[in-house]
Amino acid sequence: MSDTAETKIALRGLYKIFGAHPEEVLPLVRDEGMGKADLLEKHGHVLGLRDINIEMQAGKITVIMGLSGSGKSTLIRHLNRLFEPTAGEILVDGEDVMKYGEQDLRRLRRERMSMVFQKFALMPHRTVLENAGLAQSVRGAERKTLEAEATRWLDRVGLEGVGHQYPAQLSGGMQQRVGLARALAANSDIMLMDEAFSALDPLIRTDMQTLLLDLQAELSKTVVFITHDLDEALRLADHLVILKDGAIVQQGEPQHILLHPNDPYIVDFVSDINRARVLRVRSVMKKGAERENPTGVVDAEDTLESVIARSEGDTDAVYRVERDGKPVGVLEMRDLVRALVPMRPAEDTGEAGTAPLRAAM
Amino acid sequence: MATYDGLFRTLGLEDWCARGDPAETSAAPQSMRDLLAQTRGEDPEAGIPLWDTPFPSLDALHESCAAIPQSRELTRGLEQGFLDIRHVLKAGLDPVTQPLSVALRNALWLFQETPWWLMIPLLALLVLGVARSVKLAVFVVATIAFLAFIDLYDEAMQTLSIIFVCAAICVAFGVPIGILMSRSDAMERGTIPILDMLQTLPPFVYLIPLIFLFSVTEPKLYGIAIILYAIVPVIRLTNLGIRLVDKEVIEAADAFGMTRRQKLWGVQVPLALPNIMAGVNQTIMMSLAMVVIASLVSAPGLGVLVLRGIRNLELGVGLVAGLGIVLLAVILDRVTKAALARVDKSTAARQ
Repeated sequence: MSDTAETKIALRGLYKIFGAHPEEVLPLVRDEGMGKADLLEKHGHVLGLRDINIEMQAGKITVIMGLSGSGKSTLIRHLNRLFEPTAGEILVDGEDVMKYGEQDLRRLRRERMSMVFQKFALMPHRTVLENAGLAQSVRGAERKTLEAEATRWLDRVGLEGVGHQYPAQLSGGMQQRVGLARALAANSDIMLMDEAFSALDPLIRTDMQTLLLDLQAELSKTVVFITHDLDEALRLADHLVILKDGAIVQQGEPQHILLHPNDPYIVDFVSDINRARVLRVRSVMKKGAERENPTGVVDAEDTLESVIARSEGDTDAVYRVERDGKPVGVLEMRDLVRALVPMRPAEDTGEAGTAPLRAAM
Repeated sequence: MATYDGLFRTLGLEDWCARGDPAETSAAPQSMRDLLAQTRGEDPEAGIPLWDTPFPSLDALHESCAAIPQSRELTRGLEQGFLDIRHVLKAGLDPVTQPLSVALRNALWLFQETPWWLMIPLLALLVLGVARSVKLAVFVVATIAFLAFIDLYDEAMQTLSIIFVCAAICVAFGVPIGILMSRSDAMERGTIPILDMLQTLPPFVYLIPLIFLFSVTEPKLYGIAIILYAIVPVIRLTNLGIRLVDKEVIEAADAFGMTRRQKLWGVQVPLALPNIMAGVNQTIMMSLAMVVIASLVSAPGLGVLVLRGIRNLELGVGLVAGLGIVLLAVILDRVTKAALARVDKSTAARQ
């Protein structure tokens, strides 16, 4: 995550409470710190989101992760105001979306944001082509433009020649490709993906992740991706936000969260991960250090797994780390091995410049 | 003497009661029971045994206290009230419903004036267009030919023309009402009791106030009765169909910035179509049921023959006309069901 990237979407102090009189119980949650269980028991209101502050960078993938009921789907629906927040600000390109009237909001949804859904949510009575061209048809584009645009994106997601079929005639994976093409054909800067790959088989899910990363390398959209799958989150995220009971537990660069979890909840979460495959050399190297006679040279983006394979288990090996051919640090195998063992929740060590915001539990 | 005399005496209301109608509070025996008691030499003052005590209804209380009205005052009052506002109602409803009379008259004229050798092929074409089934078209032609063969052609066409007009009007009003209901919970709560009432009120009851309002010579009299009775299912099923549309699809439509109108005509109505068609089928069947009853108020068609069968004890005429109605019901049901199946199939292929 580069420091110069501009903020595309910012959430400031966002609260969402479900129930008959959310405004009345808001002070209890905001000022007195009442918890989710108490709020439900004593006031019959459900706490959806609590004090959410996130800066989403333009052209990056922000992944919001949490278990079911953590409020992640509620959160993403606030970005295009399918849900109205109880309190807080939603800024897109610096504009407060909450101040939008009906017209502006519709323009936001039509031209600046598109969405991919967990259960695809394709129109069953329209062909694949018409589905992919939905954003265009909603805007009132001509049939010709619509078809050209829809066909282009269907081809790009690997669905050549199925335009005349109906969604029900396609497999789940193919239906979600249509969903993806539909979102891409909107030509919007922002793409919201609500558990977009969760309903797919593991193999197809991996394919779709690869497709998304390829597209992202090409298009650099601002992607907000919701998932409950940590592997998926670590693979896709430039910025990872972990939600629990509607509040942010930790957010930051995924490698950093993995190495410096600040909460037992996250330790639990990351304990089952194959760390060697996820962690990269840059996250465990000694920055800026120099060493005479290194055992070899590795790239900063290599995974630890590949370094272990190269060292053949030699724990005394020392590697020079390079990025784009320039030395950026040194990797000692001892540090590497230490990084493979999950740590106890530690206070933030302040490195890497992405201080995680510790949210109230 | 009446049962509840004592009650009013205890309450000290005798004076108030007496102000009612002095003639009726005379000591003369009023009822058969009193007379019988008198002839048997029993003392009416001895009171009525507990077993025979009447319910303190208006009539029973009136016997003891003339100031309390009899039940017939209630019905008379209703009648008078209705007659008093009749002119206002008529002045308002007459012009509004006039197009219905015109439509019914013209439809009757059209169906009867068109020669049979043109009418039957036209109906066959209509069936082909709606149901896309040659087999069904042949069946319809055969059925109508049979009805014509036993000289029920004119009556069948009259019945059919009334159903066409009334069902078309039911759809034209019912679908929009159903759409409005599906969009507003308040509207749904307000409409459902009315629909329940329309559906449970015995069909004959519709006819009574209508007779007072409109002349029996006007077709709209039975037209309104049929429409009120038959419009319910199409409203209900349109509302239901739209409410049953997948929430996720609606959310997607919102997320892509569809306007309410785009959502309604582009998503909700197309996806609710199978349910709406089921409502249309029900509406047509209920029109047929009502058009027979409406022959009591001069609706022409097969119902008239059934009525003749009852009135003149012409068993054969009534039974044959009944058979004709059954045959009409079968072809109407088959054709609309086939159309429904066609809609279902084209959506099923997509789901």
